[in-house]
Amino acid sequence: MKNRLKVLRAERDWTQAQLADELEVSRQTINAIEKGKFDPSLPLAFRASRLFKLPIEEIFIDGEC
Amino acid sequence: MKNSEISPSPYRSRVQKSTFKLAYWTGTWVLTTALLAFGPAFIWGEAQIFTLSALALNIIVGIGMVVSNRNHLKTLDEMEQKIILESLAIALGVGLILGIPYELMEATNLITFEARIGHLIILMSLTVMVSLFWNLRRYR
Repeated sequence: MKNRLKVLRAERDWTQAQLADELEVSRQTINAIEKGKFDPSLPLAFRASRLFKLPIEEIFIDGEC
Repeated sequence: MKNSEISPSPYRSRVQKSTFKLAYWTGTWVLTTALLAFGPAFIWGEAQIFTLSALALNIIVGIGMVVSNRNHLKTLDEMEQKIILESLAIALGVGLILGIPYELMEATNLITFEARIGHLIILMSLTVMVSLFWNLRRYR
């Protein structure tokens, strides 16, 4: 699954550590999600959605579409 | 947005706290295991009441360690949980598929030395470490 986490983070000038703190996960998890190596759970995707004030489908893109 | 350089986030604080608790319980368990193993030989001799007490203490502290380990797992985020659970699953599988044949090798005289439980624990511990290392690299 692709995502725009890195772009959205960069637009806000946040570091991976800052985003990790906001989403209550480790920095390594943010890094793995940004690189597409780990797909977040639905609750984590919703937390990201609330944080960026964007619908989930504008942050995470289903690779099979 | 919080400044992560100044103070640890609630998530990191929780993980640090549970890691400390797990280290405490693990250390205590190691000490009670040492007491059980060496107590009869070097401290109280044949007095079985002390051996039974040491055994009970070891089991109680062991249960505390297991609970602490489970609580620690629950404080981790989903990717860290996945990495650790996968590593533990591999270690369990390796322990099962190699542990039984290893014991049977002794029973059928394929090996001349004694197949001890300690060998299995060492194998499973090494498997956890290798799996953790491999999984951490996979998601890096």
